[in-house]
Amino acid sequence: MATQQEMIDSLIEQPGLFQRLGLTDWLWAGLILAATAFVFVQYGQVMDAYEIGILAMTAPGLVALGWFWKSFQPYALTVAVFSLFSAWLYSGSYANAESVFGLKFLLSSQSAIMWMSALFVMATVAYFGGLLANSDFTQKTATAITWAALIMGFTGLMVRWYESYLIDPEFGHIPVSNLYEVFILFCLMTGLLYLYYEQQYKNRSLGGFVLLVISAAVGFLLWYSFERNAAKILPLVPALKSYWMKIHVPANFVGYGAFALASMVSVAYLLRANGEKNNPQGFAATRLPPLEMLDDITYKAIALGFAFFTVATILGAMWAAEAWGGYWSWDPKETWALIVWLNYAAWLHLRLSKGWRGVPMAWWAIIGLFVTVFAFLGVNMFLSGLHSYGEL
Amino acid sequence: MRNTPTASTRLINFLGSMNLAISLLVVLAIASIIGTILKQNQPYTDYQIKFGPFWFDLFKSMGLYDVYAAAWFLAILVVLVISIATCVGRNTPGILRELRHFRENVQEKSLRAMKHQLSLSSPMDNTAAQAMTQRILHAQGFKTRQKVADDHVVIAGMKGRANHWGYWLTHLGMIVILFGGGILDNSSLAIRIGEWQGTLKPETRNLPAADVPAISQLPPDNATYRGSVDIPEGNHANIIFLPVRDGYLVQHLPFDVEVKDFRVEHYSTGMPKSFESDLVIHDKALPKPLEATISVNHPLVYNGVAIYQANFGDGGSKINLRLHPFNSQFAVQDVEGNIFRDYKLSSSTQNYTLELKDFRLFNINDMEEPDGKVKKRNIGPSITFKLRDATGQAMEYQNYMNPVNIKGQNYLISGVRSSPADPFRYLHIPVDTKGGTGRFMRFLSDLQNTELVKKSALETTRTSMQQAQMQNADVENQVIESMVHLTSIFATKGSDGIMQEITTRFPEDKREAASEAFMKVLNASMRAVYQETLKQEGVTGEPNEADWMFFDDSLLAIDKISSYGSPWLIQMTSFKQIEASGLQITRSPGKSVVYLGSIMLAIGVFLLFYVSHRRIWVWIKPAGDKQSEIVLAGSSNRNQPEFELYFKHLQDTFTQTIGREVTHGNATGND
Repeated sequence: MATQQEMIDSLIEQPGLFQRLGLTDWLWAGLILAATAFVFVQYGQVMDAYEIGILAMTAPGLVALGWFWKSFQPYALTVAVFSLFSAWLYSGSYANAESVFGLKFLLSSQSAIMWMSALFVMATVAYFGGLLANSDFTQKTATAITWAALIMGFTGLMVRWYESYLIDPEFGHIPVSNLYEVFILFCLMTGLLYLYYEQQYKNRSLGGFVLLVISAAVGFLLWYSFERNAAKILPLVPALKSYWMKIHVPANFVGYGAFALASMVSVAYLLRANGEKNNPQGFAATRLPPLEMLDDITYKAIALGFAFFTVATILGAMWAAEAWGGYWSWDPKETWALIVWLNYAAWLHLRLSKGWRGVPMAWWAIIGLFVTVFAFLGVNMFLSGLHSYGEL
Repeated sequence: MRNTPTASTRLINFLGSMNLAISLLVVLAIASIIGTILKQNQPYTDYQIKFGPFWFDLFKSMGLYDVYAAAWFLAILVVLVISIATCVGRNTPGILRELRHFRENVQEKSLRAMKHQLSLSSPMDNTAAQAMTQRILHAQGFKTRQKVADDHVVIAGMKGRANHWGYWLTHLGMIVILFGGGILDNSSLAIRIGEWQGTLKPETRNLPAADVPAISQLPPDNATYRGSVDIPEGNHANIIFLPVRDGYLVQHLPFDVEVKDFRVEHYSTGMPKSFESDLVIHDKALPKPLEATISVNHPLVYNGVAIYQANFGDGGSKINLRLHPFNSQFAVQDVEGNIFRDYKLSSSTQNYTLELKDFRLFNINDMEEPDGKVKKRNIGPSITFKLRDATGQAMEYQNYMNPVNIKGQNYLISGVRSSPADPFRYLHIPVDTKGGTGRFMRFLSDLQNTELVKKSALETTRTSMQQAQMQNADVENQVIESMVHLTSIFATKGSDGIMQEITTRFPEDKREAASEAFMKVLNASMRAVYQETLKQEGVTGEPNEADWMFFDDSLLAIDKISSYGSPWLIQMTSFKQIEASGLQITRSPGKSVVYLGSIMLAIGVFLLFYVSHRRIWVWIKPAGDKQSEIVLAGSSNRNQPEFELYFKHLQDTFTQTIGREVTHGNATGND
């Protein structure tokens, strides 16, 4: 009877958060805290109060992210090891980027980003190949290549951050300050979000679709760096010298990444819906995930993107209040951020309040990507304003 | 009652309808696009040129040049606020009911009809099953309500009620934001009201602040404003200018701002690193003036008024100029002046007005290095000015103070254009070994000196004829005469003048030969004059390669003088820079309101998406022999796929605890 009672207790009692964590989770938390403490001791005296605040918030944020999504732990650790190794290879001289083998071909920021670009394109091909050939192995390989691309890309950004200080301590800044840098960020955010959903839904058949938009971004990135020499590290203009940049830009790109993901999943939705109608035994109707799942991922991605985009826009307004003398100036970039926000607000209202689903909403999510791309790229290309940091 | 809705009910239904709300979101998005495509608040003349009179007037009447302050745009926002408010008002009673009521009076039939439900038999008696249910639900974080009826007991639980707070926070947050931004901080609204009442009229003329009439001025206690002012170093101001369509208003400040110093710091690349101003606030309410330094991203907030470093410019720098006349009849003249002032100049055949427009200490330009690579280089201070002749025609000039090295040679550079839309055309005056314009000016003046030209022409002709062993006085005179004539044409009209001479004197088929001959004669003459110039300078011996390079450059420059448009080369000899700090000064009492609304919105969005309001009902009915019949049902208002998983988990827990013995025998019975 006592054992039975124990069994019942164990069924009913919900383990608290801390009881659900394993040893690696605690190691992870310990490592993050130790790293944060190290950074604070080492660099605390050159950080202002806001930067210390951001550091203090980053630590629990990373711990929570690692606890919430276990795969993030090995990922972040690999990026950290690669980045530190690269910094060690530099041994204080930027010129080593051209002379040290490990930097020149692997871990200088430019090389790492080239690796990221190549791996993302390879992963796109592998995902589609696996889907067409119905090969589980190929799709698993595609997932592995995507992880590799994300590792190289994130390492590239971290190293670029370090390099900016190596070139000239006065130049040093977080690499989210121009179009080249944020395109890398976009690729990384979209890729990470995709892998999260891939794990959640245990389905790899959407990889090709999502990585297609990443590959397009990679194409732009390559053109931008080869044609316009955009990869060059330049110092910040005075308007960007603010701690707000560190939080406003990444928050925005969670939003952009999620919106891009939603639109590509919607493409799959349209293919599947069309397949079910016209050719129920065909490829699209059998190989692609069921409509409910696609619909659910689209909704979740748009909700996540909307939440982060809301926060990012508010942060942007607060920054504007400090830099431009007003939290809202109807600057083209601000206005387009509002348009994107209104667009997804309308989408969410239709879905949550009116219960709309299906093909029209999928089309709308795809159109949403074009609105988003215009806000993020088109404004810089065609419209001028206060927010012209990434000119083409 | 339902059959005949009254007009007001219908209106409320319409205003609170989701269709209206979604339409408004889309309409607002589309309306917002206009202002990003059509550049806002530009000078009206720009629009006039761009659109022509018809479209200009039409767009003006629609308020398209300042869309976001247009009445119709504000009207959309007002309707949006009304729509949100109506929606919140209409939904609130229902939500309150949702929050309060556990719905423990639910019917067994409706539970069984729910999508997520499970029936099971339990070996436990009624009391034990109730206790166990309560325990499970509480462990899952549910609040519960119990209803005991004659033949059954219902335990109703719910959690995630914060989801509804998400609804309130997002929607009320939007109203708060629109109130703060659209009412409290809407300076254009207050101005518009003033204009309707006739108490305000924007000034469109370019007047000094002191001459602006009272009807275009706003008192210091104005609730909200956002404007700018340029204050030269060492000066102070207690007004700012508010741009209104094609004019402006003068806003008085409740204090006086002094700019003690303005600084620009640069990176090693020459790019600006920081803009800073040392300010002093003079206010009677202060025991002593308040000193503060502002920079981009670091404003000063004083008494609810925020002062930002927005831009910078010249603040009336002191400039010393030397005017070298291209015509040797006139003397060199010095002018002392300030940027933004005009000066009358008379030492020429015509009278001119010199308008000093701008001074720049740094000019970072793309320059071609000797190795052919283009690099950014600071080529030093420059001055921009206009020369306006008696007829009112003006040319704009940009002159660099220091000689610039181009491919190893040094030049004084002056750019000229007749319209701001054109690019500058550049005059390159070669600089002599002493770093000045002395040799060039002397050469030019010698070329205009007929006697000197004649003398050197005579000498050079004689020498060359002797060398050629020719003796012919007629030929000699002819050559000398044409040398003097052509030199005088070139020195005043350049190569265009020579071409003109050829066109008028020769038929078309002979022109080429004539121009070749002319160029030979002219070149010989000018070389002779140039050697004379060098002699005057004290250069002895034959001119070297560098001297001849200077000669070639001089001819290129002289050739362009006729189209240069100015009778002088105006050279800046010294300056005292006075910078002006461009300040943006705002008062926005609605800012904290907007931030409050923003925080509400942000929290609300997360509650709406990531918390779902879940309900669980457990219906327990005694089934004889101390056993029970149990119905478990649940619902959620968000994230159905997740709730489905959750309900499965709950189902397992119930089956294995309360209904465990039944499931032992009948494991799949309830699936």
